[in-house]
Amino acid sequence: MFRDFGVDEVGLLLKGAQWTVLLSFIAFIGGSIVGLVVAAVRVVGPRSLNALATGYIQAVQGTPLLGQMFLFFFGFSIMGLEVSAWVAVSVSLILFSGAFLGDIWRGCIQAIPQTQWEASSCLGLGFFQQMRYVILPQALRIAIPPTVGFFVQIIKNTSLAAVVGFVELLRAGQMVTAATFKPFTVYLAVALIYFALCYPLSLWSRHLERKLNVAHSH
Amino acid sequence: MSYNFNFTPIWNNFDLLLQGALVTLQLSATTMVFGLLVGLVGASLKLWGPRPGRWIATGYVDFIRNTPLLAQLFIVYFGLPSLGVRISAETAAVIGLTIYMGAYATEIVRAGITAIPKSQIEAGRCLGMSHWQVFRYVIVFPALKTVYPALTSQFVLLMLGSSLVSLISAKELFHVAAYLDSRTFLPFEIYLVVSLMYLAMSLGFRVLFRVVGHFAFAKT
Amino acid sequence: MSLIRIENVHKSFGDLAVLNGVSLDIEEGEIVTIIGRSGSGKSTLLRCINGLEKVQSGEIWADGVQVNDPATNLRLLRQRLGIVFQSYNLFPHLTVERNITLAPQVVQKRAAADVRQVAVDVLRQVGLESKIDAYPIQLSGGQQQRVAIARSLAMAPKVMLLDEITSALDPELIGDVLKVLEDLARQGMTMVLVTHEMGFARRVSSQVVFMHEGRVWESGPPDRIFTKPETPELATFIQSVL
Repeated sequence: MFRDFGVDEVGLLLKGAQWTVLLSFIAFIGGSIVGLVVAAVRVVGPRSLNALATGYIQAVQGTPLLGQMFLFFFGFSIMGLEVSAWVAVSVSLILFSGAFLGDIWRGCIQAIPQTQWEASSCLGLGFFQQMRYVILPQALRIAIPPTVGFFVQIIKNTSLAAVVGFVELLRAGQMVTAATFKPFTVYLAVALIYFALCYPLSLWSRHLERKLNVAHSH
Repeated sequence: MSYNFNFTPIWNNFDLLLQGALVTLQLSATTMVFGLLVGLVGASLKLWGPRPGRWIATGYVDFIRNTPLLAQLFIVYFGLPSLGVRISAETAAVIGLTIYMGAYATEIVRAGITAIPKSQIEAGRCLGMSHWQVFRYVIVFPALKTVYPALTSQFVLLMLGSSLVSLISAKELFHVAAYLDSRTFLPFEIYLVVSLMYLAMSLGFRVLFRVVGHFAFAKT
Repeated sequence: MSLIRIENVHKSFGDLAVLNGVSLDIEEGEIVTIIGRSGSGKSTLLRCINGLEKVQSGEIWADGVQVNDPATNLRLLRQRLGIVFQSYNLFPHLTVERNITLAPQVVQKRAAADVRQVAVDVLRQVGLESKIDAYPIQLSGGQQQRVAIARSLAMAPKVMLLDEITSALDPELIGDVLKVLEDLARQGMTMVLVTHEMGFARRVSSQVVFMHEGRVWESGPPDRIFTKPETPELATFIQSVL
């Protein structure tokens, strides 16, 4: 006999959502570390490292995330490593996020006008002093809205983990659908939970961007 | 590492992969066009429509952009039949991707139109042009030039995202990959080759769009 | 030796030759004003003096150091050469005080209490002590420019380079900035200015340099330059601006 779609079922979905949130944070924090390195390399790195970083970004941005996830999932076992779905999915999402975040942040650093570099250089500041006191503080302010916006992308992208069997929100939805045979209701509920997670962040990102534009127009 | 890479079965089936890539391209192009039409309607509603129209368009855009594409595809492919609507995997793929693309296209088109300085439109009206003439002669081309980069980048994103329709059984490139995997049990090699094919397509399109854009908008 | 010595400098941007053999000497205590049409190379010359622009040939010496020598530590030299830009270039995310105290503190390694006093002193010099805690965005253009001057003064430079610092200001704000410059001149600061303010140039300069087509076309004391031009180009220029 099929189950009915009621409070218990919503509870199962919410349990899946917990893993969605956790995976999103792992991807964001890991991706931020990678992204910082990538942005640094692209701004000041030697040409060879710079080319490597650019190649990495192009590869990630030019291929489907699904393919990247599969490559990691199957690649680990080829290398003889038995990894859980957690590890495979996390590594894939971290490297995916790192490429995008690194690209966004590099853009923010390069958005700081040349005149700020000139003025600080003419006061005698060295490169690291310029970055620390003048460039990075300004770049950070510009970077916050698109970074928050990308966090929304990360949350949505965790849904692909369902394909390799990782039990997050979408996979929980598949399981509940199998038990209740009410795909429309269940997947709509799944979508609404994603919406509840993502929409506030999207609003916040838009709000931050508006605040930034107001502050800059004088 | 004691694994021996074996690409031979993949080269033997390369024609199948190419067919899959062709379907991917067709799917992307079709849903791009449909999505753009939806976007034009959506943008018009948001800019000039009556209040309920604006709410519907905003609700549509916000819902699609804040939920995963995969969940949307599942709703269309698995959900609609349970409401009595029978559709094939390919149709579901087109519908799902069109709805997805339409939301992004709405925002892109809207941004392009609002980027036109009001003074341009005023100039047109002061010369006696009707609303439609202003739209056609003053708005369309400059708006197109503004949105061209965003639209072409969204096309590449759409093409990469179309890989997800393999999960609702639509037979494009990723689906071919899964089929080959079940025959050869060489998933790493297969997905590596397929990823490289996507990379070639996305880089190729980026170059193509840049060249076309250069010629189309050169004189402005 | 002159405080600044420019010898036969040539500079191009790609194919465009901007400086075609410029030679100029500036002694300590001088106020040198550089005038000329747009494109005559005035700003480029100023920017070459502290190494912001590189020259293709010739020599530039500032305070005993050869600026265009690749081995020169420009960072050290720039602590002695103050520069103020047309677009002020204040650091928008820092208060006026922090804008002024940043370099003295992190470059010259002076103590926090000392640099705060320095900030108060230089702001008094430019007439803006009350704005010490304001952010640049809260100030008018003229006030921002005076803060930019104060910021350079805080490093106690030997020379001030001023690149059209009033050109971006509304007319009613220019007067306050010029007054600050006149005070500085009276205190004996060596200054090299690129400017369109002819009245100011005539009143305050010890030497006026007219540049044309990337060369020093004429130079001399202000009275002579403005009343007895020796070349038709300078004569035409004077007529068009006065």
